Amino acid sequence: MATDSAPLKEPADATPATGTAAVEPLVRFDKVVKRYGDHVVLDELDFTVRRGEHVTLIGPSGSGKTTILRLLMTLEKVSDGVIWVDGSPLSHVRTADGSLKPAGEKQLRESRKKIGMVFQQFNLFPNMKVLQNITEAPVNVLGMAREEAEARAVDLLDLVGLSGKVDAHPSQLSGGQQQRVAIARALAMRPEILLLDEVTSALDPELVAGVLDLLGDIARSTDITMLCVTHEMNFARDVSKKVLMFDAGRVVESGSPEKIFSDPEHERTREFLNAVL
Amino acid sequence: MSDFLSTLVDEFPQVRAGLWVTLQATVLGSLLALLLSFTLGLMAGSKLLLVRGVSRTVVEFFRGTSLYIQLFWLYYAMPQLTGYELTPVVCGVVAFGLNYGAYGSEIVRGAINSVPRAQYEAAVALNMSPFHRMRKVILPQAWVQMIPSFTNLLIQLLKCTPLLWLISAADLMTVVQQIRDRTGETLTAYLTLLAAYFVLAYALTLLMNLLERSAKRRLGLHTGTRSLLRTRSAEAATTAGGAR
Repeated sequence: MATDSAPLKEPADATPATGTAAVEPLVRFDKVVKRYGDHVVLDELDFTVRRGEHVTLIGPSGSGKTTILRLLMTLEKVSDGVIWVDGSPLSHVRTADGSLKPAGEKQLRESRKKIGMVFQQFNLFPNMKVLQNITEAPVNVLGMAREEAEARAVDLLDLVGLSGKVDAHPSQLSGGQQQRVAIARALAMRPEILLLDEVTSALDPELVAGVLDLLGDIARSTDITMLCVTHEMNFARDVSKKVLMFDAGRVVESGSPEKIFSDPEHERTREFLNAVL
Repeated sequence: MSDFLSTLVDEFPQVRAGLWVTLQATVLGSLLALLLSFTLGLMAGSKLLLVRGVSRTVVEFFRGTSLYIQLFWLYYAMPQLTGYELTPVVCGVVAFGLNYGAYGSEIVRGAINSVPRAQYEAAVALNMSPFHRMRKVILPQAWVQMIPSFTNLLIQLLKCTPLLWLISAADLMTVVQQIRDRTGETLTAYLTLLAAYFVLAYALTLLMNLLERSAKRRLGLHTGTRSLLRTRSAEAATTAGGAR
């Protein structure tokens, strides 16, 4: 097997940014506003994520956590402000005079190359078998040879513990199995940033642990930057390096999981944690 | 044996030719309708107002003008305008295609809209192009939803083919009618026609059921053999794997 058919991304950035003191964060929200009509979901939100960081977003429903992931995946448009990914605007292009204007489909597709997403409801394609769900985009979007894509898909299915399900239809799988396939499908695109949107919320309780363990393994064994919206505080504690507490479209508090869970500074964080833990 | 039935047997070549005209008009007309359904249905989902507007106008026009009048237009009025005459069967194919294509485009549009938005989003998250998303993700799922409604249209189109009599195409109806006129056996003649069209319609239903079954299989939805014989449209197929 070729070395590059390893299931997961090789550690990128072998050449560290030596000397440069301030390394540009991989993701930077710069006064991002998201409005639906008069309803303000995100209110001049600023936050950054460093390369390789595993960040968990927590907070009450409606606090804008999922919107952040959807903005990053370009499923929604920002109302104001700019999202920067790896130093480039995610959903804007620079015009001749240096200002930014909303990007077209072509530029958006360029931005999406770095980012993958796993959804709450899995969203596997029911018209494709498990293997094709994973190989479709690598072959037709990345232009990978079919044999190579299939070999990688088999490796990824092995990684997520579903090597026997290559020829299954999504409808024949349990929720937990579907979510594992969805994770494999996202990894097959070799994203630098993986967005996880309440990936265990739709699962039966007994299937949650398996999916969380898998994500923990991926977090430990790769350098993929992860942004995770979850109600699983154990996952936030075990896997992430940084927890962001959201309320009403703003970051109320951020810090290491130890700090947030054992010694929250903010009253709103204490209330939230008391309610969910 | 009655006069009618013996004449029917004697004139079998004509009857067969009439049946052939009916089948030609049905099959070619529905193929043209299918093509127009997809073209107009996809145009209806365009981001561009102009493209949507053209689709809307064409659909409303052909849906809102009687098939009867469209046939007369094509057969009698068009030659006066263009000096170019179409054969009756071609007129039928074009009129049926335009008319049912207009109805069919609404089916295509509705089925595309019924595919859960989550499927579109999953395709975006995999960085598929708009064309790729439509072709490999949205349309294969929408297709299953279209088939039962297309079956209804196909049967309706078949049942409209006796209109060809108006523009003097010798379809099945016309040929049997002529035999009735000669033998005077009204009852037997129309009973024969009832039976003939029912058999044709049922055969088309069975074919479409087969098509629907294979489309569902591709979505991993298995249907029993009994579903093949039913004549009523299936309940809206549920898509697995999408948003529940």
